[in-house]
Amino acid sequence: MNYEKNSVTGKKIRQLILDLSFQSHEGHIGSALSVSDIIAVIFGEILHISNIRSKNRDRFILSKGHAALALYCALYLKGLMNKRTLETYCSDGSLLGVHPEAALTGIEFSTGSLGQGLSFGVGTALAADLLNKSYHTYVLVSDAECNEGSIWEAVMFAAHNRLSNLTVIVDLNGQQAFGYTRDVLQLKKLSEKFKIFGWNAFDVNGHDEKKLATMLRRKTSKPKVIIAHTTFGKGVSFMESQIKWHYQPLGEQEYSIAVKELK
Amino acid sequence: MRKVFIQTLIELAKRDERIVLLTGDLGYTVIEPFQKSFPGRFFNVGVAEQNLIGIATGLAANDFIPFVYSIATFVTLRPYEFIRNGPVLHNLPVRIVGVGGGFEYGKSGKTHHAIEDIGLMRLQRGMNIFVPADSSQTKTILEETWDISGPTYYRIGKQEQTLGVLQGKFKVGTLQIIKKGTDIGIFVCGSLSLLAEQVFQKMNAVGISTLLAVVASISPPPKELKRVISSFSLVATIESHQITGGLGSLVSETIVENGLKTRLLRFGISQPLDSITGSEEYLLNKYHLNEKFIVSRLVKIWKKKI
Repeated sequence: MNYEKNSVTGKKIRQLILDLSFQSHEGHIGSALSVSDIIAVIFGEILHISNIRSKNRDRFILSKGHAALALYCALYLKGLMNKRTLETYCSDGSLLGVHPEAALTGIEFSTGSLGQGLSFGVGTALAADLLNKSYHTYVLVSDAECNEGSIWEAVMFAAHNRLSNLTVIVDLNGQQAFGYTRDVLQLKKLSEKFKIFGWNAFDVNGHDEKKLATMLRRKTSKPKVIIAHTTFGKGVSFMESQIKWHYQPLGEQEYSIAVKELK
Repeated sequence: MRKVFIQTLIELAKRDERIVLLTGDLGYTVIEPFQKSFPGRFFNVGVAEQNLIGIATGLAANDFIPFVYSIATFVTLRPYEFIRNGPVLHNLPVRIVGVGGGFEYGKSGKTHHAIEDIGLMRLQRGMNIFVPADSSQTKTILEETWDISGPTYYRIGKQEQTLGVLQGKFKVGTLQIIKKGTDIGIFVCGSLSLLAEQVFQKMNAVGISTLLAVVASISPPPKELKRVISSFSLVATIESHQITGGLGSLVSETIVENGLKTRLLRFGISQPLDSITGSEEYLLNKYHLNEKFIVSRLVKIWKKKI
């Protein structure tokens, strides 16, 4: 692999996801592909992290930890992780597992058990308020993660305390491990739910990088949620909206087809 | 102990701006003095224990020392996975304050009876666990440990009480021998220290020389525990907790791992909780945590040995 690190784009993240998941023979590809554009915009355009060790850096928390591969790729493209480290993905002795590990620079919290990262993010945003710091906290959750009651505990607290320095992005790809979210546990209109809970909520195409950036930059007086409508497995025709690609790893033939499609 | 705890926390919070207090909507008539003293550093997160631990994790990762307060069952059992994946796996200084060990919330029923909390916390590597024996030791423990590194569990008694001879003594990783003896060693933690003192007096009255030691530092465990145990052929633990997981297990593990020739009797809760309710005193009696039962068992076993 040889990638230029001139910018973080959804397309580059996807190419890396395919390479690394094929090499490691690991799954969770569809979920990583669905958040690629969101993560590209956040790392490419939104986060103020020029000094990643600064206490005033913006915080990004991947609450849907199973999409960690997309995050590793963004960290690499951003220059926060070297190529050698990236290529250890899922190998013995690596820090790069299927779910993110906070020992890595650029990863705020180890996640993987759904429904926890948002509470960590609320505490992080509250800390900024108490310390009069200007950093912003972004938390990316999955739609099925909203099955977890703890998400709504955190949503209520953030609204009650008017944490306007907190932005949640919901990756609304409509799928979860056992099927489509509408069949497993209906979410109905998530943006309306968040509004009723006291948030500013915006629906947006989660693959439209320009619109995502505009929405992420929008200042609000309340905590803000962006319901990002995405396609599971985005960019690879045989993966798009297919349940089996939640866990399944790529075979050799599938890999070569997928790579061609992404070119 | 809880009132002393809050008073001490207020004094510490005056010195250390990193201290914040969060509650899961519990502590009515107890924690308001902190709220009044530091309104900007007090948060009632509502009846939401998972979020309580999650927020504290986020605060602790950003230079705060958050204390989270609730009844011992609710603050350990409901958010257990948050405790593990948050402060434990990130090694963050979240302070979990569980009020009312054992049957201290007696009539409230079994949902309020904390009989597994110490065991649960002992399973989490790196978790400090302190179980004060009385009000003055509560104060000392907090003053000694509020800024210790890593996550910490404080199991605090609901009522104020004084174990006169202890005089608030405490040091992390040690035990406090408050009465010396040569025949039987008794180890106690938490509010049953007063019961243990009664047992001690009775044992000596029947001519069996008994040592009484308070083990408030469950984790890190007292470094002299092995030495003290090894000087007896018979020791006993008294705790308001299941006999597995807590102090009884700590002493048991110490004996086995070191190949000591000491016999151990664990006095705690050894039966499943049933549907019968009552006061703390009633329930302690029901589960054989009373002076008469403990003394008769100890005397019987001791007489068999000699």
